[in-house]
Amino acid sequence: MGSQDTPILAAVGIHKRFGALVVLDGVDFSIGVGDAIGIVGPNGAGKTTLLNILSGALLPSEGSVAFNGSDVTQSGVSRRCRLGIGRAHQVPRPFGDMSVFENVLVGAATGGGLRGRRAYGRCIEVLEICGLTGTANRRAESLGLLDRKRLELARALATDPLVLLLDEIGAGLTEVEAEELVATIRELHRQGVAIVWIEHIVHVLVRVVERLVCLDAGRVIADGQPDAVMRDSAVVDAYLGRVVV
Amino acid sequence: MTLLSLQGIEARHGLLPAVRGISLDVAEGETIALVGANGAGKTTLLRTIAGAHKPAAGRVFFAGEDITRVRAHDRVRMGIALVPEGRRLFPALTVEENLLVGAQRTRPGRWTVEAILEAFPLLKPLRDRRAATLSGGEQQATAIGRALIANPRLLLLDEVSLGLAPIAVEGVYRSLQLLIDEGSTIVLVEQDLTRARAVAKRVVCMLEGSVALEGASGELSRERITEAYFGLRRAREAGTWAG
Repeated sequence: MGSQDTPILAAVGIHKRFGALVVLDGVDFSIGVGDAIGIVGPNGAGKTTLLNILSGALLPSEGSVAFNGSDVTQSGVSRRCRLGIGRAHQVPRPFGDMSVFENVLVGAATGGGLRGRRAYGRCIEVLEICGLTGTANRRAESLGLLDRKRLELARALATDPLVLLLDEIGAGLTEVEAEELVATIRELHRQGVAIVWIEHIVHVLVRVVERLVCLDAGRVIADGQPDAVMRDSAVVDAYLGRVVV
Repeated sequence: MTLLSLQGIEARHGLLPAVRGISLDVAEGETIALVGANGAGKTTLLRTIAGAHKPAAGRVFFAGEDITRVRAHDRVRMGIALVPEGRRLFPALTVEENLLVGAQRTRPGRWTVEAILEAFPLLKPLRDRRAATLSGGEQQATAIGRALIANPRLLLLDEVSLGLAPIAVEGVYRSLQLLIDEGSTIVLVEQDLTRARAVAKRVVCMLEGSVALEGASGELSRERITEAYFGLRRAREAGTWAG
């Protein structure tokens, strides 16, 4: 499965500038059907900007984005979401005074385009995958951090994505909580959802992904198997500074 | 003599735990460097020491006194000064005026406006320039000067090289080395490991709010620090890391 076929999501020659600031400087990125890729890199490397360009939250200054072989460069977030690109954010912002179930239902109805029984059915399925069945009727604002992260994941999942973009959803969790989140994401991956995951907590990331891409100063500096990437001297230098001989 | 002692510090940002049970002693005259990935809790720990962030648990002792409940501005008077990330100068004030703002809670000592201009020669001709018109390196020197003018016993520096051109970083670190040689006590957060190890006797590597590795700069190899920095030992224990 995956890399040999048409990529499910591909970005080619991506440049992104904010005024004089070059954030992405010619990035090529692609992910095959059902693959799992981690994106790492020091602060300011351009990781979240790349994710924003993949999700449609930002337009690239140059370059193109294709989903399943079709150009989506000019498509916005909602269109891409309906095509099958889901996104979970670093800081979950659920509708606080709505129940967990209602929050997921919003995802199924607006992002997934589902109505009535099909939408309800999808929600029940997603809540179970994300371990939220027991808290389905609680108000979202009463949830702890792990359940908020699970809800963020569930809302994205309710849109029935083929690719799930995850932005540092492991931040702030205890080891045990991170382990639970990893188990959920692994299950999604097993079910065939392609995963693009930005995460600073590398040891959590490598429990799921089979490939790592490292960005630094808007360019890809390493791409390959996780252990090879994290031992790459360019990667270590990017994080910790160069060794002065 | 131990100047700063942290005991079981926990700090949160809302639901998010940032520092998870850190205990650390810093001796008078010692320079230690906190390193770690984004989100490891370095800045929160520094702000907790300065009194700018209230810990959820644990105690902060300074010169033997429990200062956990002492407010930030009173800690400045006691001798703790923070140079925050991003400098945070008053852009409409001149270099000298920015320095004098720092002198509001000053302790007696050798640092005066004149002494700071001597120690940071690049600031001398800029004395009457507004902070907004300075380069990044000049702003950083002013921010360090503003902390020094309080004549602190403990100087906390948060990523002083962030966003600066390499030549400006050189200048800032040359001045810092003078302070270190004089026996100042410094806790600095620095992403560049080579620089951190060059100026600090001890390196503390943080991972997800805890201390992952701690030791004398000369004794910790870059490989061990890299492993702690990324939490690779945990990955190996979980069987997901080949290295």
